Amino acid sequence: MRYAMAIDTRKCVGCSDCVVACQTENNVPHGYCRDWIVENVSGAYPIVEVELRSERCNHCENSPCVRCCPTGASHIVEGGIVMVTHDECIGCGACIQSCPYDARYSHPDGYVDKCTFCQHRLQKGQNTACVEVCPTKCLHFGDIEDPYSDVSLALKNRTWKVLAPEAGTKPQLYFLT
Amino acid sequence: MGAGATAIGLSTLNIAGLNLAKAASSDIPVSDEEMTSFPTYCEVCFWKCAGWAYVDKNKNIRKIIGNTEDPHCNGRLCPRGTGGVGMYTDEDRLKTPLIRETVNGEQVFRKASWEEALDLVASKMKDVAYKYGPASFALFNHGAPGSHFKHLLHAYGSENEGEPAWAQCRGPREVGFSATFGSWIGSPEPTDIRDTNCLVLIGSHIGENMHNGQVQEVADIIGRNATIITVDPRLSTVAAKSKYWLPIKPATDLALLLTWIHVLIYDNLYNKDYVEQYTMGFDLLKEHVKDMTPEWAYGITTIDPATIRKTAREMANAAPSVIVHPGRHVVWYGDDSQRERAIAILNALLGSWGKRGGFYFKESVAIPKYPHPAYPHPEWSWKDNLDGKYPLSSMAITTEMLAASIPEMGYKHQIKAWIVAGTNLPLTIPNKDLFKNAAEAVEFIAVVDTMPMEITGYADVVLPECTYLERYDTLRAAPHREPNVALRMPAVEPKYETKPSWWIAKQLGERLGLADYYNYDDYADVLDWQLKKMGTSLEEMRRIGIKKFDRQSGPLYLADGEEYHFNTNSGKIELYSTEFADLGFDPMPVFTKHPEPEDGFYRLIYGRAPMHTFSRTSNNHNLFDLMNENAVWVNPKVAELWDLKNGQMVHLKNQDGITSTFPVKVRVTERIRWDSVYMVHGFGHDNKKLTRSFGRGASDTQLITNVMVDPMMGGTGMRGNFVTFITDKPGKEAEA
Ligand code: SF4
Ligand code: SF4
Ligand code: SF4
Repeated sequence: MRYAMAIDTRKCVGCSDCVVACQTENNVPHGYCRDWIVENVSGAYPIVEVELRSERCNHCENSPCVRCCPTGASHIVEGGIVMVTHDECIGCGACIQSCPYDARYSHPDGYVDKCTFCQHRLQKGQNTACVEVCPTKCLHFGDIEDPYSDVSLALKNRTWKVLAPEAGTKPQLYFLT
Repeated sequence: MGAGATAIGLSTLNIAGLNLAKAASSDIPVSDEEMTSFPTYCEVCFWKCAGWAYVDKNKNIRKIIGNTEDPHCNGRLCPRGTGGVGMYTDEDRLKTPLIRETVNGEQVFRKASWEEALDLVASKMKDVAYKYGPASFALFNHGAPGSHFKHLLHAYGSENEGEPAWAQCRGPREVGFSATFGSWIGSPEPTDIRDTNCLVLIGSHIGENMHNGQVQEVADIIGRNATIITVDPRLSTVAAKSKYWLPIKPATDLALLLTWIHVLIYDNLYNKDYVEQYTMGFDLLKEHVKDMTPEWAYGITTIDPATIRKTAREMANAAPSVIVHPGRHVVWYGDDSQRERAIAILNALLGSWGKRGGFYFKESVAIPKYPHPAYPHPEWSWKDNLDGKYPLSSMAITTEMLAASIPEMGYKHQIKAWIVAGTNLPLTIPNKDLFKNAAEAVEFIAVVDTMPMEITGYADVVLPECTYLERYDTLRAAPHREPNVALRMPAVEPKYETKPSWWIAKQLGERLGLADYYNYDDYADVLDWQLKKMGTSLEEMRRIGIKKFDRQSGPLYLADGEEYHFNTNSGKIELYSTEFADLGFDPMPVFTKHPEPEDGFYRLIYGRAPMHTFSRTSNNHNLFDLMNENAVWVNPKVAELWDLKNGQMVHLKNQDGITSTFPVKVRVTERIRWDSVYMVHGFGHDNKKLTRSFGRGASDTQLITNVMVDPMMGGTGMRGNFVTFITDKPGKEAEA
């Protein structure tokens, strides 16, 4: 089993509902976030393209943050979710530096925090908070090894890209183009 | 961009002063089972999505989640609804009643008890009624609190109640569509986007305006590659997702609509059976648009004739499953009812009204009226003041009510005092002088709000309302495909000394000797009585939040060839409006040219961001985190001319010499035309009590001093304002 997320950039309107839903679900302190929106504009008026996408931790298969963590606080759990055990984290920030996606932040309580793929919800059979709230239903989540999961179905017959493939991290966020 | 600094690409923002003090010791998410959920419907905007407020054991509201049964949201609130918890937690909230006092020549607010504040408001109401008659006491309102104060004012003897929803927003479309189809559009719009094959948007930026169910349906049709045609001088989010983006020259939309009508008729693309069966005036219309060729429109709109023809053909191919969307905020140039008429006529020619994928026949459930004595007949109402002006205004015109508040304006009937509930007039009404002079002229102003919005600064008495999460309110029974009712109940006790509007209004009523109109102890009793009459109960609704009912009015759509009587003078869809003709207005829309910016000035276009509602959410911490200021969008060519850099702070000055109080960030972007600039509405707060949003961004409303009034319904056209950049003024104010 490997959890993954597909983000349909054609549907995303950049509303940031996924950001605020994550904040309320996961009690992320004000001024911080685990997911965020990127807008890319290309071309010149009036031939212009806009891409909007919701980003978060890529839960990389080959995760530099886990490798560089001196205490083992950063680790990988079932389904390939990259987690941080807060008690074991000394807040050194090595993982923040190593992440090509800038997905981690220093929590004011002294540890490093990031997207958990809402593991506490998955364990109860619920979907992630951001996927559940997205008004455009542009986020698809599930086991990418299951051909009938929402994420696998979303990837079928569509072109997609991953971010910073050159980093070789085998990221698990797929952006449908 | 990344985790930590909450940021969205379109505003290059940095959160200053991260909230380090907050010890988030309870960072572990609370599981849903350990919380209690209470039904509510959202008050962060007018879409009123039904949801559940989740409350933990310590009586903290942790999150708000959409109700899956609700057709307004389908279980998914928008960012503002999800962040609605920030309305409750905002530490800047109004906490106690306040009374204005003069101390050593200086005006200050002092805290007061409810008893004292209510006594004062009631005594002023008695006083005004005695001196000038109760009709001279007016109400300005928006949203749910309005209904409670309307009841109070009606019982007291005044019908002078106005909401910006009419003259500052959607009035023209109701006039245009009712002249054509004999029906208002209303809210939510009965646009059958879910099933459409072609959606045409005239400046409507769905996705930036986060009208939830509508945004969801647009996302659905993007998913199945339906045709979207967006007409907008700015590459809006939805324009970027459209098959066709028509980057029209601003203020020329009506020419485009008329030429589309021309093409549909002269290229024989219109829906002949539908037009024949349901409409009147076709030949007159045909003659009227004879010369309005795409070549004629090209010179006006800058949209090339081939694109005009192609897009008209796309609509015709999709018909009747096509929607030329009426839009919502449509007070632009003062001929807005006529532009909306042209939109309605296009829909009629395409045969989309009453058809799947066009406009469905909406239905709402009737809420039984809780018994009370008949209202007294008011001595006069806002309509009597118009002297025949704006004959199609079916709701009061706020700006006229303001003018009637200024004795020098010489209105027949004068307004002497106000209650303002849930609307921040200073950041809503264009032409600030009108508002200011009116506020200074009236004898008394009571403001009911949850936040220290700018309007509270003008109040004599401030009555702090609790948020929607802390109160019972009127039932929501908005029209939709399926009639339904939704309940709002308190999830927690009101914070501070705040009170629900129903309680405030009842207290005032009782002090005014109107106790007969308040024949209940708790508003929950009223709700239970109403719900029982509807075959449910408060108890059941607490469990389900929303209940749907069977339709009574017939199917959603017209069957092919079905007889149908439209509620117009002729009983037909009027391509030629007899109503307009009778009143001396153009029976068919005529294009007129609107003023253009002088050299060095740019047309000010404003709009919405998905994470904010007008000026009311900018201080909400959750939503502030998503967007904490607006920016002025500037085309790179213009930026080069002015040597403007991305992120630079500038002041804006309009054609009347008004300069923005605060500087605003420049966003250099290819997404806007070179003759216009764009800003998100609702920023530039100048009340220091809004500690987060004070001084952030600039207020578009402040720069709107040229108002082009719609002679048909009094709408305040606001898109005829032009701004230039002031780059040498220090940007200090922003950091104040
Ligand atoms: S909630 Fe959905 S549409 Fe909105 S920004 Fe997030 S991913 Fe995009
Ligand atoms: S999966 Fe959960 S933790 Fe990750 S961004 Fe979405 S809501 Fe936040
Ligand atoms: S659209 Fe958003 S803000 Fe408006 S009522 Fe629905 S959830 Fe609330």
